[in-house]
Amino acid sequence: MKPAINTGEHFITGDVACAEGAIAAGCRFFGGYPITPATEITEHLSARLPGVGGTFIQMEDEIAAIASVLGASWTGVKSMTATSGPGFSLMMENIGLGICTETPCVVVNVQRVGPSTGLPTQAAQGDMMQARWGSHGDYEIIVLSPSSPQEIFYQTITAFNMSETYRLPVLILADEIVGHMSEKVIIPDAKHIKTVSRSRPKGRKDRFKLYEPGPNGVAPMPAIGEGYNIHVTGLTHDTKGYPAMTVDTQKEMMARLTGKIQNNLKDIIKTESYRLDDAEIAIISYGISARTSLSAVDKARRQGIKAGLLRLITIWPFPEDQILKLAEKVKGFVTVEMNLGQIHLEVKRCAGGRAPAFLVGHPGGTIISPDTVVKVLQEAF
Amino acid sequence: MAKKTPKHPLDDLIRKDRIPHIWCPGCGIGTIFSSCLTAIKESGIDLKKFVMISGIGCSGRAAGYVNLDSFHTTHGRAIPFATGVKLANPELNVIVFSGDGDLFAIGGNHFIHAARRNVDITVICVNNFNYGMTGGQVAATTPNMAKTTTTPFGNPETPFNLPLMAYAAGATYVARWTMLHSRDLTESISEAILKNGFSFIEALSPCPINYGRRNKLKPLDQLKLYQEKTIIKNDAKPTELDINFEKGVVLGKFVDIERPTYGDSYNKICRPDKLE
Ligand code: SF4
Repeated sequence: MKPAINTGEHFITGDVACAEGAIAAGCRFFGGYPITPATEITEHLSARLPGVGGTFIQMEDEIAAIASVLGASWTGVKSMTATSGPGFSLMMENIGLGICTETPCVVVNVQRVGPSTGLPTQAAQGDMMQARWGSHGDYEIIVLSPSSPQEIFYQTITAFNMSETYRLPVLILADEIVGHMSEKVIIPDAKHIKTVSRSRPKGRKDRFKLYEPGPNGVAPMPAIGEGYNIHVTGLTHDTKGYPAMTVDTQKEMMARLTGKIQNNLKDIIKTESYRLDDAEIAIISYGISARTSLSAVDKARRQGIKAGLLRLITIWPFPEDQILKLAEKVKGFVTVEMNLGQIHLEVKRCAGGRAPAFLVGHPGGTIISPDTVVKVLQEAF
Repeated sequence: MAKKTPKHPLDDLIRKDRIPHIWCPGCGIGTIFSSCLTAIKESGIDLKKFVMISGIGCSGRAAGYVNLDSFHTTHGRAIPFATGVKLANPELNVIVFSGDGDLFAIGGNHFIHAARRNVDITVICVNNFNYGMTGGQVAATTPNMAKTTTTPFGNPETPFNLPLMAYAAGATYVARWTMLHSRDLTESISEAILKNGFSFIEALSPCPINYGRRNKLKPLDQLKLYQEKTIIKNDAKPTELDINFEKGVVLGKFVDIERPTYGDSYNKICRPDKLE
């Protein structure tokens, strides 16, 4: 068998880089369904997985795709699916099952323009709130957003590592531009790639409790066939995994599901600052829009406007503390995103009135130019 | 000294700490469930290598009572979940145990595709002609003109012939029994477990609380129908399997053929070097 990791320098699309990142992370099951602009992830893995001992299947729809991924994950195999808006909508129900049953997996959404069928071949960042709240009920979720093919390669590995660490579906919210653009992607040696696998239960099987949290708030996870006689349900369940229809059990379960994320924010939240130290205006952006924001900062600086950029790598959980700290320092915020203000409103919420927040956004279909951002910086401040 | 309670031969396969179960008196699910457990036990296969997957509904609760690795998934999605389990670990014996509403209305699309692909799983469908869990609404299996809470004037629709659908979609094993024919049912489930391919068993079952009550079918009358108005006819033509108790309902094993499974074909076509 050839080595699984394609070490070397490549000129590939973000979608292919994502697929290669999955292989490098140890993903060995992919259940998918074709949809623009995520199809190339599915295609690439159909060719790559059987050669590395993995399994690929194109399911009958996105509901089945995510269901198969959850099932595969419980056999102990790292599993993934990839989709875009309409498919993402269909996956919401079983993303909820994944959260409730604490099933590690990765779901990639290469965003296109919505609502509905929208502009299938053009980029948007309109699913940020759906990623946060799209499945019913309360929950915490981890969402990452890549700005380049190189970054989506690494982020896919991070997504797997986080999903294995915290036992939940981790979402990657890319966009059509990052998915379809070709750039240089360096894939390092296997020994330079850090991968994490879920912790496994130890001790007596007859005393085993499926959801008894370990030191980081996450329960070790057995695989089907190991003799633990596990019962897994999407009903509200106790630490044994048994359904228990009481208010107290619900409270306890929710504390577990949300606590494991909220108590590890430092490990989960990743941002990147650019010329932010002396900035008077903080641009908040992510994904492809962060790249236009980066050149907007340089352009603005040349005109004497003291702008800086906070690039969100983790979108959810939201970097509330970072925004609050900035709010005490800067004259204002400008959020740059290809939607009508989904993250902008979050920034506003976290700033809590300490600094005004403005939006550079549009309903999707085209990239936001740096000049548009600079113009807003000039006019607003 | 406390009295020793006698041990039932299937006790090991039950999560006793989950009893009492939720099924109503007179319900047929429990009988079908114990046929399934008997077949599992008699197979002689290592119990660790079994997994039971259910969807949502009264029958979907089976996964919560079986003392095996078991999953109570989302409504209609037991089959694609099971597909992922089986493909990621082909060593496992995967049994989907669920109801007609779950498997054939909301989950109907998944059923036909798993049968077409010939995923090596066993699907047991408790068919009680309605949605019991939610209080007795019309299902894709409700007989024409039957009364349910959402067909108060009688059902204007035509029900599915499930074995015909399984056959047409490509299932390699298809059988139908009633809960009264528990020995035949157990035998069929045993065969289905050992079958290398997609197996489907329809098990007719009374739901006295929701279906029977609205259609003047007392629990005992329904069992009488199962006894008097059924005809065992192995290899009957799938097109002749519509359910009509006036004419008589055909039971038996209708399909038992060999065809490469998805897993076998995938290995052969996508990783031929691994096979050498
Ligand atoms: S509602 Fe019907 S199917 Fe459900 S447990 Fe009661 S009798 Fe059985």
